[in-house]
This record gives sequence, C-alpha cells and structure tokens, in this order.
Amino acid sequence: MLGFGADLLWADMNRLLAFLFHQGVLDEQFLQLQQLQDEASPNFVSEVVNIYFHESEKLLNNLRGLLMEKELSDYKKIGIHLNQFMGSSSSIGAKRVTNICVAFRAATDQSNRAGCLRALEMLEHEYCYLKNKLHELFQIEQQRALVAGVRYPVQNQ
Amino acid sequence: MDTDAVVSFDHVSPEDSHEVHVLAVDDSLVDRKVIERLLKISACKVTAVDSGIRALQFLGLDEQRRTSESEGFVPSLKVDLIITDYCMPEMTGYELLKKIKESSMFREIPVVIMSSENVLPRIDRCLEEGAEDFIVKPVKLSDVKRLKGYMTTTREVKVGSHDRGSGVVDDVGVEIEINNKRKLVEEEEEETSDMSSSSSPPSVSTLSSSPSVSSPSSSPTSSPIRRLKMSSSSSSSSD
Repeated sequence: MLGFGADLLWADMNRLLAFLFHQGVLDEQFLQLQQLQDEASPNFVSEVVNIYFHESEKLLNNLRGLLMEKELSDYKKIGIHLNQFMGSSSSIGAKRVTNICVAFRAATDQSNRAGCLRALEMLEHEYCYLKNKLHELFQIEQQRALVAGVRYPVQNQ
Repeated sequence: MDTDAVVSFDHVSPEDSHEVHVLAVDDSLVDRKVIERLLKISACKVTAVDSGIRALQFLGLDEQRRTSESEGFVPSLKVDLIITDYCMPEMTGYELLKKIKESSMFREIPVVIMSSENVLPRIDRCLEEGAEDFIVKPVKLSDVKRLKGYMTTTREVKVGSHDRGSGVVDDVGVEIEINNKRKLVEEEEEETSDMSSSSSPPSVSTLSSSPSVSSPSSSPTSSPIRRLKMSSSSSSSSD
C-alpha cells in the first residue's frame, strides 16, 4: 500500500506545481532548476530556494526599513535592494514576485513613496504566499521520498 | 550544504586539461549556485567568486600582483571562460571585462556577460569591449550549452598557435575563432567582411551600429528579443 501512497503524493506534488504555474506564481525557470537536480545533487532545488528565502527576508526587511524612514527615502538604495531581489526571484522562477519588483522599481524611479509602500505590501504578501507554497511542495516531496524509500519485497497484505 | 563561502572551486589536477574550467563571477549567492550547477552539469569545472576584485585576484591580476605578468606568473588553474554578472557593486562586469581585455596574459579568455536587463546600449558596449556573448538572465541550460562551443574551439585555436595576439593563426584556427564571435550584424555584412585576425574591437563597433538584433536562420537558440543571435556558420571579421 505504501507504493500507492507514494503515487498519491507524486500526484499531489504535480497538481500543486501545475496550479502554481497556472497562477503565474512560478515560471519555466523553476522547471529549469528541477532539471538541474539529480543523484549528484538531490536537494538542489530546496537548497537554492532556501538560500533565496534567507536572502529575500533580509532584503524585504531592508526595504521596509528604508521606506519607513521619516526623512526622504533613499530611493537609490531601495533600487539596489530591489534589483537584487528581482534578480534572485527571476533566477528561481518566482514570476509574480519578480513582476511586483518591476512595478516597485517604477515607483522608485518616480520617487513615489506611496506607490513604493503599496508595492512593498504587495511584495511582502506575494513573497509570503510563494514561501508557503514552496514549503508545501518540499514537504510533499520529502514525504514522497520517505514513503518511496521504504521497500516491501513482497506485498503480503 | 555549502557555507556562504565567497569562493568555491573544484580541485583540478594538471592532467584534467581536457575539462574546461570556468570562472563565474556574481555577487548574488542564489545566482552563483545556479550558474555553478548549470556549468557542472555541463561537465565544466567551476570556480565561483562573488566580485570582480576576487576574480582578478584569482587570475593574479589584482593590484598587488600587477608585476605577476612580467615575472611570467602562471595561475594555478587555467581558465577557459569567464562568465560574469553585469551589475555588481564596486566593480561591474563591464569593468572586469575591460581589465581582462587589457591584460596581455588573459585577453584571449572569452568573457561572457550576464544581465537581468536586455539593454541594447549595454550589450553593444560589452561586445565592443570584446565580450564573447551577452546572456539575459535567468540563465538556462541552453545558454551554457552554447557557451561550451566557445571554450572548446578557443582551446583548439590555442593548441594550434601560441600567440594569437599577433594575429598569426592558421586558416582553420581563424575560421573557428570567427565562427564563435557574436555580432549584431546582418548576415550579408558578415559575408563581405574580411578575415583579419587581430584582436582589436574597432570592426565590431562599426558593424554594431544597427540597433536591431538580427536573427540568422542558422541559430537554434531562443528569441532575438531575449538573446543575441549567433552567427554559427558564416565567416565574419574577428575583433
């Protein structure tokens, strides 16, 4: 029966992935990352994504800090952080996050503080959603690996 | 799991001369991990550094070692290709490119620029400075596959003639070198230009005046909007 469980988990994983693609949360770059995962590098995707999460949280904190300053915000610095965030988001295939960064940057270029704040809120929200979904994905993957790893030489049940 | 080391590289023994060694430069850890994996899965040895300065240090071109060239300094690991991000703090990929092309020892190494932005003046400038190629991020496996083409043939040319700088290269060598130059030109222009083999860039700038990116039918890669098209077959002037 465990083999059956692994199949169900596999289906769950694919369903979630398909959903995320359909929603535009992820794009084909995420697939590219999956293609880079193999026996030599079995946890590649989660490793890269975890680095991404770690860096993103720092960047988001920096962005919020810069925008919350009472004095006129340092838009150049905001732009630099944004470029970094945009770059790494696009490198892992986080399409919606990347797109919000683009809008955010436009607001920065216009020194539009209200626009920047709105964009930051959207960004935080979108990032949060992405993180939850990817955690879900990795959890299913882990469960599947666990289940698939248990071998029953003969099914006696 | 790797630590946040700013330099990571594989041990290359002298006998591994047939495997290409790439120096990857990117300030983003995420991008470094990705490019590293892309290269490794394409059978390349990789040294990944987080800045242009570290790249120069690795090559022995940094300020303190400037005399290394005249003393016949030989870097411990031969580099077959340098791939660098454009936007980096302190030293941009463009500045790194210039420094490499200014060096008599390293100017022959093909340099590829990566950028998340498809800015034509930027692309032009890099090509004029002698960049081999310009890749719009995110980098894909197909991009790396294309890069391997530069490295293999460059090595072949090196084997054939020691001093490429003088322009004395056999016909086959020149042909190979030309085939791997990326140009923003129309195909007709490529066919009429002569096969001079100097390494100076002026011919590139005259040919790259056209703002449009041509897409020769021979190229198998992705859309012209995202990528420069490679002239894979016809002869064109080298820079």
